[in-house]
Amino acid sequence: MAKLEYDKTGRLLFTKEMKKEYTILAPQMLPDHFAMIVEIIRSYGYKVEMLENTGRPVIDAGQKYVHNDACYPAILVIGQLINAVQSGKYDPHKVALCITQTGGGCRASNYIHLLRKALEKAGLSYVPVISLNLSGLESNPGFQLTPGMLRKVVFAIIYGDLIMNVANQVRPYEVNPGDADAAVKSCMDFLLHDMAQGKGMSFKSMEENFDRITAAFKAVPVTGEEKVKVGIVGEIYVKYAPLGNNNLADFLLSEGAEPVIPGLMDFIIFKVNNRSADVDIYGGKWVKEKFCLWLEKYLMKYQHAMIDALKRAGFRAPGDFHELHEGIKGYLGDGNKMGEGWLLTAEMIELIHAGIPNIVCTQPFGCLPNHIVGKGMIRRIKDDYPWSNVVAIDYDPGATKINQENRIKLMLANARALAKEQAEHAGEKESAPQA
Amino acid sequence: MDLRVGIDIGSTTVKVVVLDETDQLLFRSYERHYSKTRERAAETLRSIHDMLAGKNVHMVITGSAGLGVSRASGIDFVQEVYATAAAVNTYIPGTDAVIELGGEDAKIIFFGGALEERMNGSCAGGTGAFIDQMASLLNVTIDELDELSLKHEKIYPIASRCGVFAKSDIQPILNQGGRKEDIAASIFQAVVDQTVAGLTQGRELKGKIVFLGGPLHFLQGLRERFVETLQLDAEHAVFPEDGDCFAAMGAALCATDYASRPFEECLRLLEESVDASGALDVMPPLFADQAEYDSFLARHNSNHPPEADLDTYVGPAWLGIDAGSTTTKMVLIDSQGGILYNYYHSNQGNPVAIVLEQLKEIYHRCGDRVRIKGSAVTGYGEDLIKNAFQCDLGLVETMAHYNAAAHFNPDVDFIIDIGGQDMKCFKIRNGAVDSIMLNEACSSGCGSFIETFAKALGYDIAAFSKLGLFSPRPVNLGSRCTVFMNSSVKQAQKDGASVEDISAGLSISIVKNAVYKVIRAANADDLGKNIVVQGGTFLNDAVLRAFEQELGRNVIRPTIAGLMGAFGAALAAKNLGLETSDLLDEKALETFSHTAKPATCGLCTNHCSLTVNTFDGGRRFISGNRCSRPLGKEKQQLPDLMKYKYDRLRAMEGKGSGTGVRGRIGIPFGLNMYENLPFWYTFFTHLNFEVVLSPESSRKLYLKGQKTIPSDTVCYPAKLLHGHVEALVEAGVDAIWYPCMSYNYDEGIGDNHYNCPVVAYYPELLSANVPALKETRFLDPYVGLWRHKDFEKRIAKLMEEEFSIPRKESVQAAKEAYDAYDAYVHDVRTTGARYVEEARAQGLPILVVVGRPYHIDPEINHGINDLITGQGFVLITEDAVAYLEGYESRKVLNQWTFQSRMYNAARYVCTQPDMQLVQLVSFGCGTDAITADEVRSILEEGGKLYTQLKIDDINNLGAVKIRIRSLMAAMEARGLSAAGKRDA
Repeated sequence: MAKLEYDKTGRLLFTKEMKKEYTILAPQMLPDHFAMIVEIIRSYGYKVEMLENTGRPVIDAGQKYVHNDACYPAILVIGQLINAVQSGKYDPHKVALCITQTGGGCRASNYIHLLRKALEKAGLSYVPVISLNLSGLESNPGFQLTPGMLRKVVFAIIYGDLIMNVANQVRPYEVNPGDADAAVKSCMDFLLHDMAQGKGMSFKSMEENFDRITAAFKAVPVTGEEKVKVGIVGEIYVKYAPLGNNNLADFLLSEGAEPVIPGLMDFIIFKVNNRSADVDIYGGKWVKEKFCLWLEKYLMKYQHAMIDALKRAGFRAPGDFHELHEGIKGYLGDGNKMGEGWLLTAEMIELIHAGIPNIVCTQPFGCLPNHIVGKGMIRRIKDDYPWSNVVAIDYDPGATKINQENRIKLMLANARALAKEQAEHAGEKESAPQA
Repeated sequence: MDLRVGIDIGSTTVKVVVLDETDQLLFRSYERHYSKTRERAAETLRSIHDMLAGKNVHMVITGSAGLGVSRASGIDFVQEVYATAAAVNTYIPGTDAVIELGGEDAKIIFFGGALEERMNGSCAGGTGAFIDQMASLLNVTIDELDELSLKHEKIYPIASRCGVFAKSDIQPILNQGGRKEDIAASIFQAVVDQTVAGLTQGRELKGKIVFLGGPLHFLQGLRERFVETLQLDAEHAVFPEDGDCFAAMGAALCATDYASRPFEECLRLLEESVDASGALDVMPPLFADQAEYDSFLARHNSNHPPEADLDTYVGPAWLGIDAGSTTTKMVLIDSQGGILYNYYHSNQGNPVAIVLEQLKEIYHRCGDRVRIKGSAVTGYGEDLIKNAFQCDLGLVETMAHYNAAAHFNPDVDFIIDIGGQDMKCFKIRNGAVDSIMLNEACSSGCGSFIETFAKALGYDIAAFSKLGLFSPRPVNLGSRCTVFMNSSVKQAQKDGASVEDISAGLSISIVKNAVYKVIRAANADDLGKNIVVQGGTFLNDAVLRAFEQELGRNVIRPTIAGLMGAFGAALAAKNLGLETSDLLDEKALETFSHTAKPATCGLCTNHCSLTVNTFDGGRRFISGNRCSRPLGKEKQQLPDLMKYKYDRLRAMEGKGSGTGVRGRIGIPFGLNMYENLPFWYTFFTHLNFEVVLSPESSRKLYLKGQKTIPSDTVCYPAKLLHGHVEALVEAGVDAIWYPCMSYNYDEGIGDNHYNCPVVAYYPELLSANVPALKETRFLDPYVGLWRHKDFEKRIAKLMEEEFSIPRKESVQAAKEAYDAYDAYVHDVRTTGARYVEEARAQGLPILVVVGRPYHIDPEINHGINDLITGQGFVLITEDAVAYLEGYESRKVLNQWTFQSRMYNAARYVCTQPDMQLVQLVSFGCGTDAITADEVRSILEEGGKLYTQLKIDDINNLGAVKIRIRSLMAAMEARGLSAAGKRDA
């Protein structure tokens, strides 16, 4: 059995022996994206599992072991990991946990430390924790994010974004319930199958796969009725994770709306962009700036390919990262980078420009960056776009679903009235020339 | 057209209306549903069977609790704000805004242009429910509360964010003898402030305003506060006749768009849904059966003091009084600790009258046989009662409780006390009180919450809690503050939970709150091996059982659990070893009189709200003061580095050594400016600007900017900035300088040197939300000060662009600014060192107050520094000692400049026997959720006590005082205090 080894600061390391013996457990956020990332990590010889446990036991474990004033995503992510270790499904002496660490000025960078404290409290301090980050924050002899691996992760993210995008455009209108989910499954199946064999991870094959994916969804019979479109933006975890936002997308669907969820790639590019922006604003190494600018360009090539694929297939396509960035001029500076930073505001503005003025802005209760970039910008957005219809929803273990749903319903009622008004307005215009 | 029926099911009431084809009301009703929502609605409909029988009707449901009913029954639903807007559009055209208060909701709807609607967030708490709670706190009915408010003379500042906060503001005023009339009006004012602050979010309330909802319909005093605050005349403040039913009327109007059904079918749908039960989140029962309950009772009832009988006893006795926040407890003990007399009663807002009455009774029953040789008082009302009746000793609650617990179990190592309003837990280490945990304002009100809830459901507290004992499936209500629990209960009711399940669920929630929110324990061993529980709330068997279940171990509940504070006080009185007590004797009580008058102290900028109590014989007691000046004594000023820094920074305005010819530049005096001001002041005066600081923070300044605050859960220091920039605009400065700063100085003691997101980006929020800033030049560029050369280059470019200042000049000014900042830092450090020397020369204990630089603002800390020095400490701040320790890796990501200083300060304090530390934490501060645990663990590893003081716009220093005094008592017990002085 692998020995427990510690670094100079007393941090438990993930060793090379552990790589062979241990199963790495990863928390859930975006099911499809993460499933592919896990598959890629596996192909490098790691045993990895993405956790599926959810519901009250997860929240209970989180509240028990995490400071209750910590943000909700910390409680959920850590709760999910600890709950899994304690579930009896794994040998606790043969698991490691992994968690992302962004390294920004938001308290989210502390999740890993809160996780270690929680493990200690739970008597599990022998479980190693792996930090997934691009800032070089913590290293482990048995785990390395290699450039090759990261390159493949980019594919997983862009595939995931495309599938999420088209599925959301088709699901509300499917004639046979379940068709869209079946299409998701078939796409995931062939992508995972390809990945396991190392296929599908060249730019050319990606473009082909893109068309395969859009075709799969084009094949789903749809009704063609008009539905209210609702954008979902916010703190990254509660924005995406159904566990974090009480199944927000499903709720919107059940209310007869089409959820529109901006992809993960923008967030990745945003984090890269922050680094070059820092050098620009405060000074620093030009090499760093140049490298980040190159990386941004590289990632945007993938994003453009996805946008083109959407357009080719006749789906609604989002703007690229630069278009997003344009939108916040006059709202926020490029230096606003903690948490989702200016990206969150930019996503709201982009949605509005795309004709989707109805937006749910999600945040954990008391989220620090969202005071500024979420709730703090709604006023100005309303000034500039009087018909915008943004509702801010707080999530935490104590907030009740009924309260959240009631507020979303109000936003939807507004949205319908707005749509009706616009339709009447359009009707007047059309009939005007004849009069 | 068919008749239209609107049903509004709110959190506490059901409203039913019927409209005819001309939109006229044929029927209306407004009734409390006591959580039986569907039954109540169905019953009302049956009562108007005659009107609707055999007809087709359009029926629509609305309201916060209506969604569930609508789903279960299949009757159409309209969102209530939307419905209300529809009604207002129809009945009161030309309306600019609607303010609607319901049982738990507060809403503002803005008309004119696009419809804009605001509802209270999950934190803003209830309004109608809040008024209910406050009324029961004052022991008056809602109508009486209303009447009282109309006779007010002054308004007390009461925290306006959530009900729990307000309670902890009101309680001390009550206990110190404030007038109920004033408190009643202050409660309404708090509701008004909450609505205006929480919901307007940057949009001004003006024009014709319609007021709706039950509370605004029934309460004159509340209306008056709104009209006065918003400065409305009769024409612009509309209180429609059916204002309590508008949402239901709107639902009926909207019903036109939905299909009609035979009335009988509607009724049937509603009735059949009555028994439909949703998926409830349930937990195991408290007791399996009666036998289990009986053995539980037998175990606990064995912990009791010796038997004693006042009517036959001859000898000395000692009196203990616990003047708690909602209840008054009194105990008379004999020389064996046996209880001769005890009393436990709600103080009904006037503890003095209760104690007077009981003392008379005690003297009467003592006759000549029993002589009281000592008396002691503890609790919130300690000072008042001590002065009123000349008690021999006042002691801090924590010590009283420890005395009592140790009497039952000398090995006790953990005590938890849940009272009516507050929860106190503390560990005992080496015979001294250690690490005190009080419930912070967000989760207080535990015991009285169950009580209010019991009342709302139509039960008394004893009967209500008994209901839960054998509930087969207690409902899970979460473990957050009581306001959240309100909505959890609402949801449980919606899902069909019975009153029994809710009762059990509430008891379990309170326990979870205590264990996970206040104590933050992961398991029973975290608490201790010998746990004693006390306080009135633990007399509730359901709560006690839930506590044992949650911890997985048995605890001790003495039979006198509700009297432990008084019992401990009596023991302390006995330990005084006095021959005669100073306590007012029987004769003196005959002429006893007491009046209380409010006053505002004008002796300094704190403007304390004082209550002047006058007793017979000219005895006076003033409460609400932070220092001794209003008592007529000269303020004894011990060295206080918070005050020193504040005065130095405040002086940094004007032209300095420059000419001021380039114009007047305004700097808001808040957040990180408390650190960066020396830099900017020098920078701008050197460039020949005149620096204009915004005024000192105050409640008034806060209110000035309140309406533009977009996020009501952000910290108070940030909220204050709105007032600061507004004041600068009014001052007519040429530009306002408030740069965004992701990073602060790099002091080399952390892993990074960020500001928190709020500090970093608040300028951008202000720019987007404060309309007044459009009238001025608001400069909020991104700057970084830690790379000197880069900064000089960039700021020079910016100054050239903005003010056409030659670059060389700006570079030089920046160099001067760096020097000035260094000099300031040096000065703070050497002054701190000097204060430490002074303290040591005089043998005084030193308290290191750690927090953010802006915590030295008296409006933010509410004069905590005066309170601390008033208790005999010399006060220094974290930055005066943090530099004495170097970098050390931490168990958390140590990435914020200001926060890093706290870790180092804590490490340094551990090396100094005569220093203790308290941490100031602003409510809503997300980063301190991380730092608090880390500072605590540094201190505990170093053998020091951890004391945290949470502060908000709350003005109540009661909880702060308990902590400071407990800290002193613990220091004494540990023999750490050199002086050992304490006000006795």
